[in-house]
Amino acid sequence: MTVHVPEPKVSSQAAAVRTTCPYCGVGCGVIATPDGTGGAGIAGDTAHPANFGRLCSKGSALGETLGLENRLLHPHVDGVRASWESALGTVAGAFRRTAEKHGPDAIAFYLSGQLLTEDYYVANKLAKGFIGTPHVDTNSRLCMSSAVAAHRRAFGSDTVPGCYEDLDEADVIVLVGSNTAWCHPILFRRMVDARTARGTRLIVVDPRRTETAEEADLFLGLRPGTDSALFSGLLVHLDRVGACDARFVADHTSGYDGALERARAIAPTPAATAAATGLSEADVSAFFDLFAGTKRVVTAFSQGANQSAQGTDKGNAIINCHLATGRIGQPGAGPFSLTGQPNAMGGREVGGLANMLAAHMHFAPEEVDKVRRFWNAPNLITGEGMKAVALFDAIARGKIKALWVMGTNPLVSMPQADVIKDALKGLDLLVVSEVMADSDTASATAKKTVLLPALAWGEKDGTVTNSERRITRQRRFLKAPGEARPDWAVLADVGRRLGHGAAFGFTSAAAVFRQHAALSAFENNGTRDFDIGALADIGDAAYETNLPVQWPLTKRGGTKARLFSDGRFFTFDKRARFVAVQAPALAQATSETMPFVLNTGRVRDHWHTMTRTGKSQRLSAHRPVPFVQVHPRDATAANLAEGGLARVSTAHGAAELEVIVTEAVAPGTLFMPMHWNDSNASMARVGALVRGVPDPLSGQPELKATPAAIAAASYRSRGFLLSRDPVTTPAGWWWARAAIGGGSGLQFATREGSREAMLLMRGLFQGLELAEYADHARGRYRCAVYDGERLVACLALGPEAGRPDWEAAKALFAGAVPGAAERRALLSGRAATAGAGPVVCACHGVGLDVITAAITGGAGSVEAVGAACKAGTNCGSCIPEIRKLLPEALARDAA
Amino acid sequence: MADVPAQFFEDETLPLMLTAQTDQVPAAEIPRERLVVVGNGMASLRFLERLTEGSPGRYDVTVVGAEPVAAYNRVLLSSLLGGEVDEAACAFRGLDWYESHGIRLITGAPATQVDRENALVVVGETHVLPFDKLVLAVGSVPIRLPKPGMDLPGIITFRDLADVSAIRKAAVEHAKAIVIGGGLLGLEAAVGLARLGVNTTLLHVMDRLMERQLDHSAATLVRRAMEARGVKVLLKADTDRVEGDGRVERLILADGTVLPADLVVMSVGVRPNLALAQGAGLETGRGIKVDDRMTTSDPRIFALGECAEHRGMVYGLVEPAYEHAETLSRHLSGQEARYSGTALSTSLKVSGLPVFSAGVVDTPETAEAIVMSDPGAGLYRKLLIERDRLIGAVFVGDIGEQARCKTLIRTGEPVGDQIDDLMFGRPATAADPLAETLAA
Repeated sequence: MTVHVPEPKVSSQAAAVRTTCPYCGVGCGVIATPDGTGGAGIAGDTAHPANFGRLCSKGSALGETLGLENRLLHPHVDGVRASWESALGTVAGAFRRTAEKHGPDAIAFYLSGQLLTEDYYVANKLAKGFIGTPHVDTNSRLCMSSAVAAHRRAFGSDTVPGCYEDLDEADVIVLVGSNTAWCHPILFRRMVDARTARGTRLIVVDPRRTETAEEADLFLGLRPGTDSALFSGLLVHLDRVGACDARFVADHTSGYDGALERARAIAPTPAATAAATGLSEADVSAFFDLFAGTKRVVTAFSQGANQSAQGTDKGNAIINCHLATGRIGQPGAGPFSLTGQPNAMGGREVGGLANMLAAHMHFAPEEVDKVRRFWNAPNLITGEGMKAVALFDAIARGKIKALWVMGTNPLVSMPQADVIKDALKGLDLLVVSEVMADSDTASATAKKTVLLPALAWGEKDGTVTNSERRITRQRRFLKAPGEARPDWAVLADVGRRLGHGAAFGFTSAAAVFRQHAALSAFENNGTRDFDIGALADIGDAAYETNLPVQWPLTKRGGTKARLFSDGRFFTFDKRARFVAVQAPALAQATSETMPFVLNTGRVRDHWHTMTRTGKSQRLSAHRPVPFVQVHPRDATAANLAEGGLARVSTAHGAAELEVIVTEAVAPGTLFMPMHWNDSNASMARVGALVRGVPDPLSGQPELKATPAAIAAASYRSRGFLLSRDPVTTPAGWWWARAAIGGGSGLQFATREGSREAMLLMRGLFQGLELAEYADHARGRYRCAVYDGERLVACLALGPEAGRPDWEAAKALFAGAVPGAAERRALLSGRAATAGAGPVVCACHGVGLDVITAAITGGAGSVEAVGAACKAGTNCGSCIPEIRKLLPEALARDAA
Repeated sequence: MADVPAQFFEDETLPLMLTAQTDQVPAAEIPRERLVVVGNGMASLRFLERLTEGSPGRYDVTVVGAEPVAAYNRVLLSSLLGGEVDEAACAFRGLDWYESHGIRLITGAPATQVDRENALVVVGETHVLPFDKLVLAVGSVPIRLPKPGMDLPGIITFRDLADVSAIRKAAVEHAKAIVIGGGLLGLEAAVGLARLGVNTTLLHVMDRLMERQLDHSAATLVRRAMEARGVKVLLKADTDRVEGDGRVERLILADGTVLPADLVVMSVGVRPNLALAQGAGLETGRGIKVDDRMTTSDPRIFALGECAEHRGMVYGLVEPAYEHAETLSRHLSGQEARYSGTALSTSLKVSGLPVFSAGVVDTPETAEAIVMSDPGAGLYRKLLIERDRLIGAVFVGDIGEQARCKTLIRTGEPVGDQIDDLMFGRPATAADPLAETLAA
């Protein structure tokens, strides 16, 4: 296995480094202790105000993701290793030629919420100020740009008004389109703690009965896309029962009457709301009453609201209710956008999106003038560029000739990803700054393709901003591998090559940050929410040690945990705006041939396209294969069996996924995860299926309601193959790969039988000793491959109906040298010893059977289960699953 | 082995047999028939035991054996050779047992003639034994290859106690021994010799060991086990001749290879001992022909064990011989008894490596093979299934499910869902959640 070159040791004791988790927008503090051999011990930072020492399953397993397997370590031009000099010469030369021939706006940047603020800043500055292209967008477009647009419509600025303490202090928390328990587990723990401490009630609004919903006091399983109707009905109800804060509305807002009138047209009564959303009137009334009668209400919303063709309206429908009640910027009250990425907020701060200029400034002439003067920019753009979906359309239409993708995997994550894959081929230049050599996007090619090795978490150094506007440092604790360099330095290098030496003379991340901070304060005078002028002169030493801080943080030392508590907003008249939202309607209607609504989302233990979490065997154990959730009624009708394979198709593409039959999804809806891609599954890219009709305001594509069809996918055999190194399956096999203890695990399905599998294994492992079990008449084959006594691979294949379970084999594979009974077990598929069962608790690696045994052994509560087997005692994101086991196991015992 | 006869009679003949027993006329009230048994090997003894249990005192029994001692456990000869057991451990019944059961035992007395006309057995110059009923349990004789030099001193067969003591005497330290014959007995002899510290080479003319019981995979494992125990194995080794000056010195293979040898153990098979039967004009084929009641062409004369040919089959193993003994003892006790052949099976240990083979060995086109093979662990199992019936099984390394396999092969009952259990044994424990899942 490849590992980082150890840092030269200064002292014998490796120093612990405070840094920030690179996953979701919660932005938890992490303490990394390098082990001196390229890895690091990971612990939560008890002093960090986001998490106070807690980490979720993904954060806890960060140490398992630091290996250098498949890392891109050197620049490549057209697949051939090149020097930085030559690679960046190619980039600068092609940019220059493109600008001369087609104009600068034939150049585009597609950035990422994974970038550090410093990287983002330099990219934005280079593109918008010096190359002169407005086409700078980011994967944040897919994530929370609808929240941004809603904020700007309502507040005049992209401001998250509240802070995490509001979650501790709320009496009602409404979660809209957020599987917080899985996607923001540490914030969810705070919510659950609040419930324990003060009786906070949780209301979950989601078309899917998620694990978060399982914990809710009230679950509102509405029809997809009808959130605006629910909150319109709520606004009408608040008005009717006199729950509105008339004074706040009068003094600090405008547009109330128009918004209310529109809301009445959409959902005039609780009954009408129920009809529009598919909820029961009783549930709707219960929600309305609870909201109306509780002062401290936080409405947290996430991708379920954002990733919609009406995402901006959904955000505003929510914000309307908070403005109407004056519940904004108050302790325990406010609308709260939960961001998906570690630095989505940082990207918004630097203006790294096509509809922003920089530092929360847009395209008003005076704003353009300010930025031009501050940067001394010769080519400053004066208007918006194309947002992600339009940007990739433009590539397909040949309008964009050169594209630089940084830190994101659009060939997996973008809607209609297959179309995009083809479109990239037509580019004159494709630059990909990447960490992984084998990501789908790093594998794409154009007429000229330049791959630039980027730094990963633990190697890069800079700042990120979390969902509550808190700027924290991501710090380096590992040496840069190979020739990888910081993105900001690479961008600055290209800037200098393009003749802008003075503007891109940065020598450190701190220097970039100082300039970013100075721009935020430049001629601000309280006109812009984002102001971190206090940090404009931060010294290198202070930059090293002083953060985290929450913005705003003005030069005069002003900071606020909550904004708008004074009722002053960033519109020209300082009044917030109510927005009259559109009646809810899905962008694409289902049809006879596409009768289902396909929803998408995350699983608990994976992140985005799995380039990082996919390395961890603990994180890969929870959901090892891509799946589709189907309601039992639909499963019966389509003849789908639990664990079988199904082909989900839309007008745009198809995926083959393992079926989970569950009432968590409503009849007529399907759910599939977004993580799998071509490097870890044969056909599971969500991006290939969704149309992604963009929201007209935010440009954020609809990813959660695509008309789809589902049918059983029939294969002759199913099985798994565990190997020390990844094995490539023959063409035509269905497969999904996951990291496992001691190697790589493949689950597969094939139209071939046991004889072909036998030939495959004998061919793959020539020269090694094969132990085999073959029952060709029943289509069964198992094989264990030994190098001496060391187990190096193992395969099991059976007919589709009796597919082999891999838990026992995985446990044996994790140990290198199986004993006699274990060798037999590998061939029999029967356990040599009692197994732990499928993993439930990823943090402590506790399996289902262990938990069930603990419950059978008398553990009658989540806490008792934790005491008995540690399950659920770290991040707690498996607690909903444990809770579900409780009555079942107890009932079974009683029977 | 003890369970085999019980299984064999596990059919509808059982109640009949019990009825016959209760109707039995007391033996003392009629003149006793004279029963002579020629041969005192394992089959003979088992017959005598069962007969004396089933019809105590019914017959006036005389047994004559060619060997100087009473019946002993021939199966243990290889262990005796290897020094794993001593001669006492090979003994079955003491002379007092024969005496207390009224059996006259004559040892060291090879019968020379059966005079059917006068119903006499002639034992050389010493005895003439009149009989009313005669049982031939004369076993078989080891084959000597018809090749030059096979009569040289130092070439020993491996059949009886005398052979063992001859081999042990020749197997001095650093001696070079060659065992000819890769069948069951040859393997055992070779391992026994290797255990004595003798430089041992096993020659087998076929391309695999024990080809009648094992397929190639199983034979390869056995070969590996042999080699692990210090035996050098040469396959397709066709002996051309043995040479030596007054004593064996070398063995020459057909391909010209010269192998030095101080001792050659001949284990290329046995053939039924037919001399007496042929001399008496009994019908013989490869063995002495018997019907389902072990009766020869002369209704007063019976044959059992390795010398008997039943339905064209001659068996060289203990298990069928014991079944013969059971059958004949019942028959001679006046009970209903019928022998319909033995499903051939072999269970042995090559110095600790268990091997089991039953039924068909090589996969016929009409059957499906289910195979488990883990050469590194010394494990091999093959089940041959034809139309849901088990027709053959070969196990190496662990023969745990052999009894069940034998029953299935013999009865022809459907295998159904028992395949996993036959292949891997029963699941670990019922409490094991994974096992439960898999069983469900």
